Amino acid sequence: MTNKQDLEINREKPSESNKRARNLVLHIHPVLVRKESIRFNLTFGLGGMLAVLFLLQVFTGVLLRFTYVASPDKAYDSILTIQNDIFFGQLIRNMHNWSGILFVLIAFLHLLRTFYTGAFYDKRRWNWIIGVSLMVLVIFQNFTGYLLPWDQLAYWAITVSTSILQYVPVVGERLMEFIRGGENVNASTLLIFYNFHTAILPLTIVILMVFHFWRVRKAGGVVVAEKSSPDMVPSDPDLVLKELVTALVLIAFILVLSMFFNAPLQDRADPAFSPNPAKAPWYFMGVQELLLHFHPFFSAILIPFLFVGGLIWLPFLHFKEKQQGVWFYTRKGEKLVLIAAVVALITIPAGILLSEFVIDVERMLPGIPLIISSGLIPFTAVFVLFALLLYVVRKKMAPGNNEMILFIMSFLMAAYFIFSLTGIFFRGTGMQLMWPWNI
Amino acid sequence: MKTQTEHINRRSFLKRIWAWLGAIAVFEFAVMAFSMLSPGGRKRKRGASSFVTVGYANEIVPGSVIPYKSGQFYLVRYQDGGFIALSLICTHLGCSIGWNSSEDQFICPCHASSFDKFGNVLNPPATRALDTYKVFIEEGLVKVDTSRKIRRTGFQNSDLVYT
Repeated sequence: MTNKQDLEINREKPSESNKRARNLVLHIHPVLVRKESIRFNLTFGLGGMLAVLFLLQVFTGVLLRFTYVASPDKAYDSILTIQNDIFFGQLIRNMHNWSGILFVLIAFLHLLRTFYTGAFYDKRRWNWIIGVSLMVLVIFQNFTGYLLPWDQLAYWAITVSTSILQYVPVVGERLMEFIRGGENVNASTLLIFYNFHTAILPLTIVILMVFHFWRVRKAGGVVVAEKSSPDMVPSDPDLVLKELVTALVLIAFILVLSMFFNAPLQDRADPAFSPNPAKAPWYFMGVQELLLHFHPFFSAILIPFLFVGGLIWLPFLHFKEKQQGVWFYTRKGEKLVLIAAVVALITIPAGILLSEFVIDVERMLPGIPLIISSGLIPFTAVFVLFALLLYVVRKKMAPGNNEMILFIMSFLMAAYFIFSLTGIFFRGTGMQLMWPWNI
Repeated sequence: MKTQTEHINRRSFLKRIWAWLGAIAVFEFAVMAFSMLSPGGRKRKRGASSFVTVGYANEIVPGSVIPYKSGQFYLVRYQDGGFIALSLICTHLGCSIGWNSSEDQFICPCHASSFDKFGNVLNPPATRALDTYKVFIEEGLVKVDTSRKIRRTGFQNSDLVYT
């Protein structure tokens, strides 16, 4: 059946309600879309899932707001009220929790998908930057929400994470106190975070999201390979049906997850007593793991700054060839991603073990300031080793410059993934390395 | 010709005034928003010093380390009788340190930094000594001013307070 026939079949029986629904859909989608662009394993529907998650977060969040009180005396009790006294309150809180986690996770996967299918050149350049900004906002959205239950988990995760700011040169201390609204995490911090979580960040996200969608339309829809078939299909029902199914499966998944697994709630926050170990939110655990190996200025300020800077810089690099709409660009690209992952899987754990048990630059060079002995020296060493690795890859594989970027990005992503796993699952009491079943 | 340029000048002059007024309004709004962002900030600066009265100096045994978690500090009395109030906030990332009497050191549960009895760093990742609070001894009573933390790079003898 050709697509034209397809279209006609749909237009033969336009009932009133059908027409209205289609009109609504056409506010977002064009009448026709490339058949290739709605292939599920091109995009995995990740962007659409994020939109669904956002709506779900707004919906459950607004419901929670009816009971939640943003003050240290009452916050914890209001969470208990939500969980124990409100009909389905626990379920709503669980849904908010799990979709918050999925929001960060899927936003990250969406960023990876966009990168690996080469959807950041030319007319997609600014949308890539909007996307990176949205990624940062989503992380802060989750981070500000993390404090609200005012339990031990929340209090110490936010204390540890905001303390990182004091290592920003010159203004660090003041910046930290500004974000916290005082010396320590206190009532002002809770109020500031609450306001950002429920007003400023969601509003900013909505505005950027609209812009993000519009730029996809301006770029001619989702990225597809140049050689792919030029066939078009009507977005209603071909695309809309896929979107609906994806959304429903996602919502069902969250619902089931929320029925069986409760959102964490530890004891009431006690500023005088840190739990052991005290961990940052999971998406910052990679940074916390780096903190154990490098001076905080390098691990928590410079390295993340360079990484986000690199992401923003990416579309402005000069690429000789622009492969779009194909996962991992080329055959060689596929191979390079695999090599990067394997090399990271070997070298990063080895590096963690070496730094934990063997190398101790501070002890070897006692008189030297820590920023040099535990910062500059190890950082430079790692940098030189990485440059060496890139040199070998360049010699052996002769990649084009976009394939080289692919390799670097894949290695860094894999490294962050391993750092995070180590921090989340292999660090127990006193942040000592141990097996997950001993924690 | 001349009148025309005058005409344009007046218009651009007014436009410029509008732009300036707009910029001032934005600036005012930014300052306002900024000050709203730090609730309780002003109260903190007024700095009404808040004292914690610990007890009589002669009742505190030399060599003891006493936690005052409500005041967020440890009061330490050394063998020579000198007092110091060490903040219990780890200087690395702000967790609260615990006193380990068997090893004679403060240990942070978050990243395993340790500090000696004087607050000096024994083991990184912490990069600077524990902050202190000012200790007063009035009429034999030990008092600690918890309104302001004192930053320092390391222990000095002048940090100690004697009766």
